[in-house]
Amino acid sequence: MTASTLTRDPAAPAAHRPGRRVRRRRENLAGYVFLSPWLLGLLGITAVPMLISLYLSFTDYSPLISLSDASWVGFDNYRRMFTADQSYWHAVTVTITFALVAVPLKLAAALGVALLLNRTMRGISVFRGLFYLPSLLGGSVALAIVWVSMFNREGAFNSFLALFGIEGLPWVNDPDWALYTLILLAVWQFGAPMVIFLAGLKQVPVELYEAASVDGASAWRKFAHITLPMLSPVIFFNLVLETINGFQGFTSAFVLSNGTGGPVDSTLMYTLNLYIKGFVELDMGYASAMAWVFLLVIGAITVLLFSTGRFWVHYSDNEER
Amino acid sequence: MSSAADRAAPPNRGPLVRFLVLLVIVAVVLYPLIWMIGTSVKSPQEIVSNIGLIPEKFTPGNFAEGWTKFDVSFGRFFLNSALVSLLTVLGNTISCLLAAYALGRLRFRLRGVWFAVMIGTLLLPGHVLIIPQYILFRTLGWVGGDWPYLPLLVPAFLATEAFFVFLIVQFMRGIPRELDEAAVIDGASPYGIFRHVILPLSRPALVTTAIFSFIWTWNDFFRQLVFLSELKDYTAPVALTLFIDSTSESAVGPMFAMSLLSLIPVFLFFVAFQRLLVEGINTSGLKG
Repeated sequence: MTASTLTRDPAAPAAHRPGRRVRRRRENLAGYVFLSPWLLGLLGITAVPMLISLYLSFTDYSPLISLSDASWVGFDNYRRMFTADQSYWHAVTVTITFALVAVPLKLAAALGVALLLNRTMRGISVFRGLFYLPSLLGGSVALAIVWVSMFNREGAFNSFLALFGIEGLPWVNDPDWALYTLILLAVWQFGAPMVIFLAGLKQVPVELYEAASVDGASAWRKFAHITLPMLSPVIFFNLVLETINGFQGFTSAFVLSNGTGGPVDSTLMYTLNLYIKGFVELDMGYASAMAWVFLLVIGAITVLLFSTGRFWVHYSDNEER
Repeated sequence: MSSAADRAAPPNRGPLVRFLVLLVIVAVVLYPLIWMIGTSVKSPQEIVSNIGLIPEKFTPGNFAEGWTKFDVSFGRFFLNSALVSLLTVLGNTISCLLAAYALGRLRFRLRGVWFAVMIGTLLLPGHVLIIPQYILFRTLGWVGGDWPYLPLLVPAFLATEAFFVFLIVQFMRGIPRELDEAAVIDGASPYGIFRHVILPLSRPALVTTAIFSFIWTWNDFFRQLVFLSELKDYTAPVALTLFIDSTSESAVGPMFAMSLLSLIPVFLFFVAFQRLLVEGINTSGLKG
């Protein structure tokens, strides 16, 4: 039966029609009643601020003056960002390095541990829970503080190295290493993608492995030709989520550098740079321009990921399992 | 394992090796947390000299010292955090439930458009909006005003956390349509269906929303850093950063003590709702 035969059923008694129309009008109204808080939020908290931000990005504005006094400067902020501001490009490099190193490592750790856990074994849920715990705690200021102390000159990590007679560096104060301690903190939180991988692994039909065993396939071939393709939608999902999150890292960089992005700008993540420009230097016009470029780049990366996904993400035709 | 396999294969060491490997990984992963607990009760000298996890001299004084380290006590900061987190939970659950009911179950004009917009805001980075929001809230006198938490709470009551709207919509789609239709035949309005059918059946999704809402808000730093200006209004994460300024060695123990305390609510949630949390990220892909 099609929709049109449903709505224009000639057998329906005529007396029911007005009732139905009234009901539909009522449902229409109810829809907007229930949606009204969200609509208000969309307008006041999201849409209007976005437009204000777009306008500000073409102005010179500090929060000390009123919005109407913002002076129009055209594309100056964007020009400054792309041509004159060295620290801007530094922040871009730092952010891309962070995402490019942390995301693959985190996903590899998540997949590796998920494969180890994907067997019937006693205590599996205990392990799963313990691996997941860092994902809940790791984004906090408290944990960033612990992490920074751990990689100090006198930190636990150097004490550990000393057991092997290696003299460690003050990692968090070394411009070559500081970012990598933050990357390690991100990788430490591999539990959330791991749980998603585990759920994906449960969906892979056992028969595929059994058939491959009959054909004499090695463990590696089973992994490469069954597990990876069957898991590709979940890998893709985690990749998109973690990449977008990776670009937005703020808290750990703020704590390590006490809000400066140091040492020598080595932990100047994009969002931290935006915070400094907007809320420390009060250069909100420029910071708004940075925010818009950030939004466009994140959008472009998402589109890019989705368009490459067509080539390697395998969606099974039947979803009954 | 079948008995045939037992007879055919020699004793399999695989599971034991796997178990030991997992044990080593767990030890590495949990080390920072255990080290944190140990350090929170070490004396300043021991923090530098004793590399072990267990202090030789138990120094619980770090907790008292950290608690009163600043002009406002940490009790106040934790209370502020609890207030912000609980009210955010309330706001998110109510407002996201209402929006999800409209988008997931009701038929009204432009529903498809609004649904697409909601999906679009899912991936919108919060950092992009922070500057205009700050200007807006400051203009309204909300930043550092008599109600310092309005900038943090009002967005929660207006369902701006699209993740939760999406999560509840997904859940509601699993509730059989026949229930609504039966209620309509009984003369129920959309409000009646909401009250008597959807609300009771959506409880699992609401619990997930509430738990994640609490944990995220308790851990949140960026928005609280931007919108809170007075020491007495600080939440625990913002107050913790004050320790970073005082770089003296003696502050490390108290800093760890307060950091440890600030993680306890999240840890308790983890212990109480572990199953639910893991299932929650499975169904929605929510980040921890």
